[in-house]
Amino acid sequence: MKQLLFFILLVAFFDSKAQVIISGRITDNKNKVLFGVSIVLKNTYDGATTDSLGKYSFTTTEKGDQLLEASISGYNAVAQKITIGSLSIKQDLALKEQITELKAVVISAGSFEASDKNKGAILSDIDIVTTPSANGDITSAFKSLPGTQQVGESEGLFVRGGTATESKIYMDGNLVNNFFFSSTPGIATRGRFNPFLFKGTVFSTGGYSALYGQALSSALILESKDLPEKTEADVSISVVGVGGGIQHLAKDKKSSWGVSFNYTNLWLAFNVIKQKQDFFLVPLAKQGDVNFRIKTKNGGFIKYYGYLSTNKTGYRSADIDSLVLKDAFSIDNINTYQNINWKDRIGNGWRINTGISFSTNKDNISNEVQDAGNEKFTGNNPLYSYKNFDLVNKAKYAQARVVFEKKFKGLNAIRFGSDYFYSNEKTFYTLYDGTKFTQQVNDHLVAAFAETDIYLTNNLATKIGTRLEHSAIINKWNIAPRISLAYKVAENSQASFAYGIFYQNPERKYLPALAAIDYSKAAHYIFQYTKQTKDYTLRTEVFYKKYDKLYKTDSSFNGREVVANNNGYGDAKGIEFFWRDKKTIKNVDYWISYSYLNTKRDFLNYPSAIQPSFAATHTAAFVFKRFFLPIKTQFNLSYNFATGRPYYRIAKDAQYKYVITDAGKTINYNSMSFSVNYLPNIGNKNTKTFAVWVLGVSNVLGQNQVYNYNYNNNGSRKEAITPPAKRFVFIGCFLSFGIDRTQDAINNNL
Amino acid sequence: MKKLFLSTVLFLSTIVVFAQSEKFTDAMKKNLAAMDSSFKNPANLLIVSNNFERIAAAEKNQWLPYYYAAFCQVNYGFLGQDKSKTDGYADKATLLISKADSLSPNNSEISCIKSMIASCHMMVDPMQRWQEYGQESSSNMDAAMQQDHNNPRPYFLKGQGLKYTPEQFGGGCATAKPQLQTALDKYATFKPASEISPNWGKERVETLIKECN
Repeated sequence: MKQLLFFILLVAFFDSKAQVIISGRITDNKNKVLFGVSIVLKNTYDGATTDSLGKYSFTTTEKGDQLLEASISGYNAVAQKITIGSLSIKQDLALKEQITELKAVVISAGSFEASDKNKGAILSDIDIVTTPSANGDITSAFKSLPGTQQVGESEGLFVRGGTATESKIYMDGNLVNNFFFSSTPGIATRGRFNPFLFKGTVFSTGGYSALYGQALSSALILESKDLPEKTEADVSISVVGVGGGIQHLAKDKKSSWGVSFNYTNLWLAFNVIKQKQDFFLVPLAKQGDVNFRIKTKNGGFIKYYGYLSTNKTGYRSADIDSLVLKDAFSIDNINTYQNINWKDRIGNGWRINTGISFSTNKDNISNEVQDAGNEKFTGNNPLYSYKNFDLVNKAKYAQARVVFEKKFKGLNAIRFGSDYFYSNEKTFYTLYDGTKFTQQVNDHLVAAFAETDIYLTNNLATKIGTRLEHSAIINKWNIAPRISLAYKVAENSQASFAYGIFYQNPERKYLPALAAIDYSKAAHYIFQYTKQTKDYTLRTEVFYKKYDKLYKTDSSFNGREVVANNNGYGDAKGIEFFWRDKKTIKNVDYWISYSYLNTKRDFLNYPSAIQPSFAATHTAAFVFKRFFLPIKTQFNLSYNFATGRPYYRIAKDAQYKYVITDAGKTINYNSMSFSVNYLPNIGNKNTKTFAVWVLGVSNVLGQNQVYNYNYNNNGSRKEAITPPAKRFVFIGCFLSFGIDRTQDAINNNL
Repeated sequence: MKKLFLSTVLFLSTIVVFAQSEKFTDAMKKNLAAMDSSFKNPANLLIVSNNFERIAAAEKNQWLPYYYAAFCQVNYGFLGQDKSKTDGYADKATLLISKADSLSPNNSEISCIKSMIASCHMMVDPMQRWQEYGQESSSNMDAAMQQDHNNPRPYFLKGQGLKYTPEQFGGGCATAKPQLQTALDKYATFKPASEISPNWGKERVETLIKECN
């Protein structure tokens, strides 16, 4: 009897373990079957994985109320309550796709991104320094992309029929006012900042976000690096100077500081490579910077960057009005820039990004007409006398900015904030006879902006924003709406559209104006189609840009050209292609860009709407990079081409109206540059020294390049503006000494 | 009667407890066998990874099922043809191994998987990613060696990595062989803690050494 009871109990126990089959089919919410979905009976081992038909099936001995869960990355998991009896169960489930960065369209109309991390980036960080035509200059690297002009006579980015002053540059959200070294006549200067300071760069050739303003054409948005990977010291020696610095990472890897110093002197280079100009002051620059970065406990950052530089140069060039006289031009500049930025999470999904920047700039410029013996020309001819002058520019700029952002589910976000810019620019002008003019222009510009990102699905997203601005100079409010849309046409390809209104104040040098003025204005319409895989990028963009209220200038009482009214206008339209291929040829990475631009504008002293002298109709660039593993060397080649640009002599006629007295077109622009990078220590994990040797040659073929023409006073003679030297050769060595902390990291963890 | 009832209850509950740990070991063994055969048919690796993940979720405090789930994912990442998806598998493996890590910190075997995950990310674009992930992979290998001097697997991973690194970059058979030999020596004396503890890599080391001879 006892045994029987025991037996019954035992049987009942095992009987309860009878198996039941659970099966079904898993789809997404569009009824497309999902492969690889993990099905689990919660808190048991039982479950399965769906096959290529979305089907699953498993047996279980569990009984009663259970939770059946289906999950796969990229979809929201679904749990279904089921009651298991003795019959098999069929349970189909549908999963909703999550909107994730990996799958969602990228709102990209008008912009190029250089980054190692982000999807949709066209360039990587290292491309900026390995593009030979760029010579390690940030903005020059972007001249190998469509939308930009190959302007060599002055610095800056000329984008889609816009002048260089229509492109603004931001570092960690703050405007950088003197991004380039101070202008010198006929010679483009370089950007002040080392490209290795930045981890991500967005170059917008139009339709940019409401977070930025005061740029009719383009915004270059630079984001500085976070903490360095390890403590590192570096030294560079090249034909143009020496430099060195250290980045120190704290032991707990929560903060870092760095200092660097660079000394640039072109004495050696200019002695070897003959320059067109006669340099009596060879370009000399001293630059120092300091930074610190602190990681906050919420994963945010506080970053400080401070920069100080002095530089001077002076050169004689032939005076255009005379066959024997020379103009001796010199400039002495001191520039400081400081930027502190705090970016953090502040709870409830809100983020703050706030910063203050302060900068000063002082230029001491002088020009003297000299005779054949380099002595001051003392002849009494007003034509030459007026060319003797001293000019001191002193500027102070400050900016405060705050942006709040809230992220919602599925990448949706809102952000809003405010900007305040202060500028104080003074000029002290001393004429040949000692007459002094002083001028001061102050501006207070406030802006408020709001923007939202809406992801309807992974395939359709929009960014809508608006910006309000008030400048004291103009004393009016403006309102600038911006919208962009992105639609995924197929896997790897998407179409985007952007529209926006942009406003800008006049350039400092044309102020104060003769009468009350308004903002100049541009409207952008951009349509883009992109197809991008890991190995290829095809990007094409069509745009139309309409300019209104451009500034017209006239001469003021002391002969300066200043803003007279807002009656200028213009437009620009074009099509651009970009193709990059990293795959077809082994170890070779190349890209081709082409831009067609049709633009006319009436602005400054133009008598009517004409093609501006900085705009070429066809522009193309080819960049080729190949790494040869056995010799640890990378060869880079770039070829830039542009059709000739128009040039004009604009002068006043007898009725004091501006007219074109002469016009023409320059020869086509061709330039091939070449660089070799040799990395002897690459891949060697045992070395703490990493070296990069660089040889760069610009305009290898020595092709003739004419940027524009200068006219003499009466227009009887013109002279080509050409580069200071046919080619330039750069040889340098960059060494970094990593202080490896791997061992520390391991010991600290044990 | 009372006594019998009590003893029956005791007996049954012992079965349950015993069955529970036996069930775990059995399930693990079954899936380990499935894992071994999956290397010939990589698509199964994902299924096996899901199986391990289910066990992990049900057990809650066993690090091994998370460890093997991550191991299957990262291997699938290595073997997959479509490199655009590799990062996704490596990310999933990271998620799994960090759960194992929180259950069993400073575990040499877990550091090995972390090193493999970094190598997997690197493989997607070695030229661009070498600096970041190469560093991460080797620091995890070093950590694994420190955490257990007897574990052959970090030496195996190091040797394997070197073998597939071009000679110009300090790799190749010449540098790989001493590491692989060390691994092989350690395999000879290595005793897994249990029948379901990590015990893979020996055959692969032998093959690699053969290829280098």
